[in-house]
Amino acid sequence: MDIGKAFRLLNQERIVFLLTVLLFVVFSLTLNNFLAAGNLLSLVRSVAVLGILGLGMLIVVLGRGIDLSLVATMAISVAWAMQLVSQGMPVYAAMTSGLLFALGIALITGILVAYAEIPPLFATLAMATFIYGFGRAHMITGTDVVYMPKDMGWIVELGQGHFLGLPMPIVVAAAMALVVFLFLKYTKLGAFIYAIGDNLPASRIGGISVRPMLALQYVISGGIAFVAGIITATSVEAMNTRVVNSNMIYDVILVVVLGGVGLSGGRGNVRNVIVGTLLIGVLMNGMTIMDVQYTIQNVIKSLILLLAIVVDSIVNPRDEQTGQQGDI
Amino acid sequence: MGKTGFMKLTAAALAALAIGATAVHAADDLNDPYRGPALESLKGKTIAYLPISIGFDLAQAWGGVVKTESERYGMKFTSQDPNWNTDAMAQGMTALIAEHPDVIVTQNPDMQSLARLMKQATAAGIVVVQLNMQGAVQTDAFVGPDFIAMGEQAANMMLEKCGSGTDTSHKVAIVQGVLTGGVSYYQVQGMMKVFNEHPEIQIVSSQAADWDASKARAITETALQQNPDMCGIIDVWDGQGIGTGAAIKQAGKQGQVYFITSGGGAQSMCNGLEDGTYSAAINYNAPGMGRDAWTAIMMALQNGQGAGAIKTQIYSPTRVMTKDDVQAGTCWDPEQYAKILR
Repeated sequence: MDIGKAFRLLNQERIVFLLTVLLFVVFSLTLNNFLAAGNLLSLVRSVAVLGILGLGMLIVVLGRGIDLSLVATMAISVAWAMQLVSQGMPVYAAMTSGLLFALGIALITGILVAYAEIPPLFATLAMATFIYGFGRAHMITGTDVVYMPKDMGWIVELGQGHFLGLPMPIVVAAAMALVVFLFLKYTKLGAFIYAIGDNLPASRIGGISVRPMLALQYVISGGIAFVAGIITATSVEAMNTRVVNSNMIYDVILVVVLGGVGLSGGRGNVRNVIVGTLLIGVLMNGMTIMDVQYTIQNVIKSLILLLAIVVDSIVNPRDEQTGQQGDI
Repeated sequence: MGKTGFMKLTAAALAALAIGATAVHAADDLNDPYRGPALESLKGKTIAYLPISIGFDLAQAWGGVVKTESERYGMKFTSQDPNWNTDAMAQGMTALIAEHPDVIVTQNPDMQSLARLMKQATAAGIVVVQLNMQGAVQTDAFVGPDFIAMGEQAANMMLEKCGSGTDTSHKVAIVQGVLTGGVSYYQVQGMMKVFNEHPEIQIVSSQAADWDASKARAITETALQQNPDMCGIIDVWDGQGIGTGAAIKQAGKQGQVYFITSGGGAQSMCNGLEDGTYSAAINYNAPGMGRDAWTAIMMALQNGQGAGAIKTQIYSPTRVMTKDDVQAGTCWDPEQYAKILR
């Protein structure tokens, strides 16, 4: 195989994967204890929530959408559920209420996108503000940090427990990745999502009920956001609704795009999200060990993203087809 | 009527007169001559409250206390919630200067953002009280902890547990808030002043967690992986420290790692001390700061010197608390103050 041909084989996912391996090797050689089992577990664990949110984003992006309300849904639904528990509601009832809120609000987003035909970027941006504002004004009555009640029962294990020696957040993230993978690969609904993302009018002509499918994508991502929130809250024993104001949603988009999922829809799978998430995990962990300041970590993170995109656009130049599909 | 009778009558009249006069005099005595002017100087005045957010426990306690007291004295209290947005806060401040309340109670998001606006407000004759963090200008009052001293205090507490006199690794980690935020920056400055004089202390990690408990948890988990023999950790805020504490607990190092944090003394601080999340906490008592702010307002309105004539730094007293200090009612319930502000 000549070099040119090998070069052509590089797509963004492979570039990012190679970058991840490269960083991994460099850190292994230069940093003490980087390769220790404990450190590798905490590496994966620290990005487990990001990965789970990435799966929700993946499903929406595949259908040529984007969900900027993921983090707001996550924070408000879980904070509200925990507040209900501290006000005396049974844990199961409170958790069900929180989940139903997440699904309900996501359904509204879905309806706005699918039936009112508001562009997803604006619909979810507006919904994110609405969810946070409504939640802070009418649902979470105390402070914006809701502390975990003492009597949460086994749910605490989701954030703090272990399964076969693995921290539960990793196990949950892996299980969710498997479910989403199977859903996208082997179910009819999964195939429809790819079809819609690839070519919406053709899918409609082909007999797919496009609007309900679009709404369903947002409902699924809302449910995933709730799970991510439960993991976050039980890990740190609090849900800080201020996370809505942070750049976390951009980190979620980052792992999805970094892994090679096309924002123009129809291209990408769970593997892309895992690769993107691992790169961020390796990078953050290594920089934390090196005691690099957080602001500088952000700079390095964005430089890596730019590097991946630049290399991708050199290796895979835009042709007429990709140009027509358009970006966000 | 005989002579004696006349005398008796006179005596009785004199006695009655004396009693009456005493009574009149007593009524005069009971009327505090200073209360009237004081109440007059407060009555009908307006206080505008503009913290960086009304959603967090400290701002709720400050505002709750000031609002309760201002209403007691017939003042008007308004509040705005910029929700952590510095631009929205600056706009709010600009609008307030135009509305011209008698007092603005605010909280600087950083040194510079509000400095010029606060100067304008003072020039317009508005009393300005700054909470928690001193901006680049001094106004009628600054109310808040002396964060540099608090950092030194935390560092000295750490020296007792991990310093040269102890049989430990002397390894200490610091979890900062936002690098540029004064609350975090000054505490770290105070800590480093102490630690620099004690070369045996090894700072193995000093990172910013962005006031986010999840980031604090991840950073601490990695720091503990790297340094299993860690002796102590200081986090600059208990709300973020709950994540740091969770990492210590989940690494099975509660008891080995001495964890010091600081905060306003809300119920969550007591809960954290009780369940061992925090080993010790420096409590700067947020409702107490609310009282200090109210005191500053009363002084500024009563002294009649005009806005900005008398400038005072009111540093909040702090109290070090451990598990042993926690009793029912030691900490305050933020919900109660949140209700007042709603």
